[in-house]
Amino acid sequence: MQEQLLYFVQQLLNGLTIGSTYALIAIGYTMVYGIIGMINFAHGEVYMIGTYVAFIVIAGLTYLGLESLPLVFLAALLVSMMVAATYGFTIERVAYRPLRGGPRLLALISAIGMSIFLQNFVRLAQGSRDIAMPSLVTGGWTFGSPDTFEASLSYMQVIIFIVTLVTMGALTLFITKSKWGRACRSCSQDLGMTNLLGINTNNIIALTFVVGAALAAVAGLLLGMYYGVVNPYIGFIAGLKAFTAAVLGGIGSIPGAMLGGILLGTTEAMTSAYFSSEYKDVVAFGLLILVLLFRPSGLLGKPEVEKI
Amino acid sequence: MNRTLYPAIFAAIVTLILTSMMLGIKLKTEGINLTLHSAEGSTWTMIFVATAVVFLFQLFRNQLTGLVKLPTLPTVESMLPEGKKGDRIKTLAVCFIVAAALIWPFYASRGAVDLATLALIYIMLGLGLNIVVGLAGLLDLGYVAFYAVGAYTYALLSLYYDVSFWVALPICGLLAALFGFLLGFPVLRLRGDYLAIVTLGFGEIIRILLLNWTDVTGGPNGISRIPKPDIFGLEFSRRAKDPDNMPFHEFFGIAYDPSYKVIFLYLLALLLVLVTVYVINRLTRMPIGRAWEALREDDIACRSLGLNPTVVKLTAFTIGASFAGFAGCFFSARQGFISPESFVFIESAIILAIVVLGGMGSQLGVILAAIILTVLPELAREFQEYRMLMFGLLMVFMMIWKPQGLVPMKRPHLELSTGDKAK
Repeated sequence: MQEQLLYFVQQLLNGLTIGSTYALIAIGYTMVYGIIGMINFAHGEVYMIGTYVAFIVIAGLTYLGLESLPLVFLAALLVSMMVAATYGFTIERVAYRPLRGGPRLLALISAIGMSIFLQNFVRLAQGSRDIAMPSLVTGGWTFGSPDTFEASLSYMQVIIFIVTLVTMGALTLFITKSKWGRACRSCSQDLGMTNLLGINTNNIIALTFVVGAALAAVAGLLLGMYYGVVNPYIGFIAGLKAFTAAVLGGIGSIPGAMLGGILLGTTEAMTSAYFSSEYKDVVAFGLLILVLLFRPSGLLGKPEVEKI
Repeated sequence: MNRTLYPAIFAAIVTLILTSMMLGIKLKTEGINLTLHSAEGSTWTMIFVATAVVFLFQLFRNQLTGLVKLPTLPTVESMLPEGKKGDRIKTLAVCFIVAAALIWPFYASRGAVDLATLALIYIMLGLGLNIVVGLAGLLDLGYVAFYAVGAYTYALLSLYYDVSFWVALPICGLLAALFGFLLGFPVLRLRGDYLAIVTLGFGEIIRILLLNWTDVTGGPNGISRIPKPDIFGLEFSRRAKDPDNMPFHEFFGIAYDPSYKVIFLYLLALLLVLVTVYVINRLTRMPIGRAWEALREDDIACRSLGLNPTVVKLTAFTIGASFAGFAGCFFSARQGFISPESFVFIESAIILAIVVLGGMGSQLGVILAAIILTVLPELAREFQEYRMLMFGLLMVFMMIWKPQGLVPMKRPHLELSTGDKAK
């Protein structure tokens, strides 16, 4: 009995770890959707680029002989956030802004083109093979007895929880308290009216892409350190998963993205533990279809009223 | 000057950050350690040149926009004379092209015919997706799933039940249509971007199922030795596999030549494409085809005129899927071997690139684009690596520069002759 409980707790912990990083990526989708009502298809690739940059910084600093882990971590975090934010900014400028106001199909196709371009750009620049990094944070706590089943909580997982919580807290503060955050919320309610009130909405839209990309880079660093592997293709599936999380929680709602990410991560961990790990992606996408069918506005989203 | 100087400096810094991190520094795994390598000097030179170009462009942006004008492509329509005479020339041209396509393989090399067959498969796929994306305006990113359904249907039917190609062909189309219906039924009520992502997820689901359902589909090993199509019981192999059948060359009393098979497959693909073109051409003139386009333009107006949007979208989705099923059936018969590797998202992206380049809704455009996008990468082998990069870039730039594509769609319409024109 106790073993089974421990096994369950272990899966729950794994699910929460993955889920909290999904939530970080999902926020990027949800913020952009909330304001311009479009899915940023290239968001998964930004996450992938964030992971690459984090690896580059970590490898570079280790080579220079910097031993202090918090410093390396902080540097990797800042640089990858900055580079990813630049990518986010450019994506908006190149693939979205020229098409804003036109038919939605055009913007969607251009965004998909951008995503394919970025994936292949990284593949050509960095090679298509897996790049592995030795884990910086090792060890953890274990529960239970070694003869039956031992649940473990690694330090890395704890770091993921803490960093995610801090980032989410900071984002919530930014959205609710700052001037920029207020402008963001105002844009998501009525873009045209916000523009009339003297706020440069172009800048606010660019800001949401930048903030979303920076959060994806945080997730990229955390997941990169957790798995220790990166390749140019991770962005595709991660993007799909994070989108599922955003829809699950209610797209356009930031708390919804957090909830959706954690729910999705846990569901996936449970599926691979009790059913089959091959089909965990199938379950995730199946969940997406079901949510869209029965509750298209998501768990925390407001139902969309169509105005004619 | 200041008004453009700061944006120019900003753009230059952005370019430098974008390129230097990914292109300038390379990660390598050596043993268990991760090491960094700087790229060659030429790459760095390119990075700085690119930065300088962006800087200068932004600086003199206002002066430049007046000077450089993007060339407008000549359209095929504008080259033809108007009216009845133009129609006759068009009919003649079509007949001539079809005749040329029929005779051509007998004088061409085997490799060229094989490549042409591949191009024909992509034409079919492009035309099918064109119904969904171009005419109905629904973005389907999992189109390859229906292609996979068609391919696996024929492969499995021939493997387990010994069904011949000709019997399997309609079954493949119907089954793919059924899958399209089953997926479309729940999700077509959703908004456009949701649809895109759900179809993307559906494509992945089908691929994962094919990969993991090892007992039936052979998993990653795929299915091999899928029989080639025959013609009225005549096979194109040296000896007939089926005792009832007879090899083609024995029946006609000619020497065996493996290129007969290649030419036959080409002609078969051509036939399928011609049927596809004809059917879709008719469909666009039918009320349902017009409803697709009307819905794409304005769904509120459509609803107010009594069209049920879900039903209209569903027909587009189902019919589009059935063409992918036919193409898949032919593909597995031609290859003789299929595995889930052939049905990844990249394939969907290529087909979408074909539709986008050719012009959404335009049949002629899609055909031309399919030929360009399959033949060009083969001719320029050294650029093979850059193919997907180019396709991605192409999608972005086509949407910004010329969203209607190379050959913009023209509605079939009748012109009322006014008095003076009739003379």
